[in-house]
Amino acid sequence: MKVLVPVKRVVDYNVKVRVKQDQTGVELENVKMSMNPFDEIAVEEALRLKENNVATEVIAISIGSTQVQETIRNALAMGADSGIYVNCEKRLEPLIVAKILASVIKKVNPDLVIMGKQAIDDDMNATGQMLSGLLGWSQATFASKVEVVDKKLKVSREIDDGIEHLEITLPGIITTDLRLNEPRYASLPNIMKAKKKPIEEINVDTLNVDLNQKLEILKVEEPAKRDAGIIVKSVDELIEKLKNEAKVI
Amino acid sequence: MKVLVVADHNNKELIKSTLNTITAAKMIGPTDLLIIGNDCNEVAESASKILGLEKIYLNDDVGFKNFLSENISEFLKNFAEGYTHIIFTNNAFGKNIAPRLSALLDIMIVPDVIEILDSNTFKRPIYAGNAIATCKSHSKINILTIRSTSFPETEMSGTGVEINIINKSFNNEKSKYIGSDIEKSERPELTSADIVVSGGRGLGSGENFKILEKLADKLGAAMGASRAAVDAGFVPNDWQVGQTGKIVAPNLYIAVGISGAIQHLAGMKDSKVIVAVNKDEEAPIFTVSDYGLVEDLFKAVPEIEKNIN
Ligand SMILES: Cc1cc2nc3c(=O)[nH]c(=O)nc-3n(C[C@H](O)[C@H](O)[C@H](O)COP(=O)(O)OP(=O)(O)OC[C@H]3O[C@@H](n4cnc5c(N)ncnc54)[C@H](O)[C@@H]3O)c2cc1C
Ligand SMILES: Nc1ncnc2c1ncn2[C@@H]1O[C@H](COP(=O)(O)O)[C@@H](O)[C@H]1O
Repeated sequence: MKVLVPVKRVVDYNVKVRVKQDQTGVELENVKMSMNPFDEIAVEEALRLKENNVATEVIAISIGSTQVQETIRNALAMGADSGIYVNCEKRLEPLIVAKILASVIKKVNPDLVIMGKQAIDDDMNATGQMLSGLLGWSQATFASKVEVVDKKLKVSREIDDGIEHLEITLPGIITTDLRLNEPRYASLPNIMKAKKKPIEEINVDTLNVDLNQKLEILKVEEPAKRDAGIIVKSVDELIEKLKNEAKVI
Repeated sequence: MKVLVVADHNNKELIKSTLNTITAAKMIGPTDLLIIGNDCNEVAESASKILGLEKIYLNDDVGFKNFLSENISEFLKNFAEGYTHIIFTNNAFGKNIAPRLSALLDIMIVPDVIEILDSNTFKRPIYAGNAIATCKSHSKINILTIRSTSFPETEMSGTGVEINIINKSFNNEKSKYIGSDIEKSERPELTSADIVVSGGRGLGSGENFKILEKLADKLGAAMGASRAAVDAGFVPNDWQVGQTGKIVAPNLYIAVGISGAIQHLAGMKDSKVIVAVNKDEEAPIFTVSDYGLVEDLFKAVPEIEKNIN
């Protein structure tokens, strides 16, 4: 079984982003970038499938400008076998990413795609479902457990009132939720080894995908600020305030 | 304008946040409601009292019983024709279906809408709510998911909307529903509750959450949690509040033993009044709280519970 894992380079989850003065986006200069945390979970799950002799090959793919190759290297250092870098300088959105992935998938023929449920920059939560729709494949989103049973996958997924279990046939798409696993750190020897692993470069222009954005970003602003509150000195004071000042109890 | 809301329900009851979504839809134009599921007549009956709907469509078929995205989006692909907007709630149901439908129609979805500026311009939070993007959709149909805490509920004071029965079935061979583990709770539903009591890693164990649950029950509150508390197995996954969990905005949010990471704040900072109980006075949760109490939670919480009435 061949597993493809799309990984996105995003602002590290620990960074508190700042909106740019000109309202065109957020400040990205000198900001720490990392692999989207949900994608680390996806890489980890693919590696575990390989370690359990279910998967034979794990390929990481990222779409974007030159720097996204670092994110692919991270996936290789975690243990992925090879990488695909789709060179694209244009601003992306989930529909475009899904179309690019669908186009590459037709050449690479993976049996399974494991990807993040959500990129923590644009918070779209859309690409996996879109890709699944474009390919007409089965879809298991927000996975917290994946088991292989006779060439089918049993996936437990986190829903609003608990957990749901699905059985999906391959080829299929899984999107990861937080509880699926705890991703490993790349060891130093593996980081060294990753330098020698192959990354194939594909220029997006060769894929015949419409790169025009359908959701235009007009501006990006700071959210409204909350007024500073107070520190109360005792439980009695807290209850008094909630009753008589805030009037919420 | 012609708007369709796809109702979230469990074949028995409408999920309340659908009413918030309908409010958003009606701001755009005349709104129909689709109820798709199996054995879900009761849902349509109760929905017919929703104020200000044009029509209700009911598609009841065994293929839609478990709300598989493959089946529902395949049906909607054709049903969408003639509508300018197809709108879902931004919850597990909507997130699972709306993007797939969008791709089938070659449309870019607008997820998690918090404000409607005009029929194709919307505001949505990005970067865990640390920035707000204004986006303009250039698709012939606008497919949106709505953040329910940003719109009030539509009232159920209507006099009866006509229910139109559709008989379309669809079943796929690729994915199958096996079952679910759902714990029924007597407490109000987290995303629509008036008061939420939320616990974090500071609680230390699932057992210790009982002191919070006692407080919640006295207040008639829903229970929430931080990711750390869920990951540690103290409480179930559906309690997680945050960027990648549930978004809540109750009248009163009480955060106990929660540090206030960006990802947690993203899910609760629109609450009307925020109370934080934390023994660390430097905890970032105090930067968003209206009333902060710097104290050991094991001392403070039982005392709050005892003295509140
Ligand atoms: C991709 C991604 C997505 C995420 N999504 C979410 C999300 O949706 N929701 C979410 O909540 N988090 C999310 N997180 C995690 C987030 O970054 C924090 O790790 C998490 O919120 C911390 O939980 P906590 O506040 O309970 O734990 P901690 O940060 O460990 O804080 C515990 C707090 O309890 C206090 N405390 C300890 N003992 C006591 C005591 N006896 N009395 C009083 N106070 C005490 C401590 O002072 C401390 O402030 C996400 C992270 C990532 C990377
Ligand atoms: N530029 C990209 N390159 C590779 N994968 C991506 C890219 N953008 C999104 N993805 C994948 O799609 C998932 C969901 O992203 P989103 O729908 O944008 O929230 C991410 O977790 C990644 O797995």
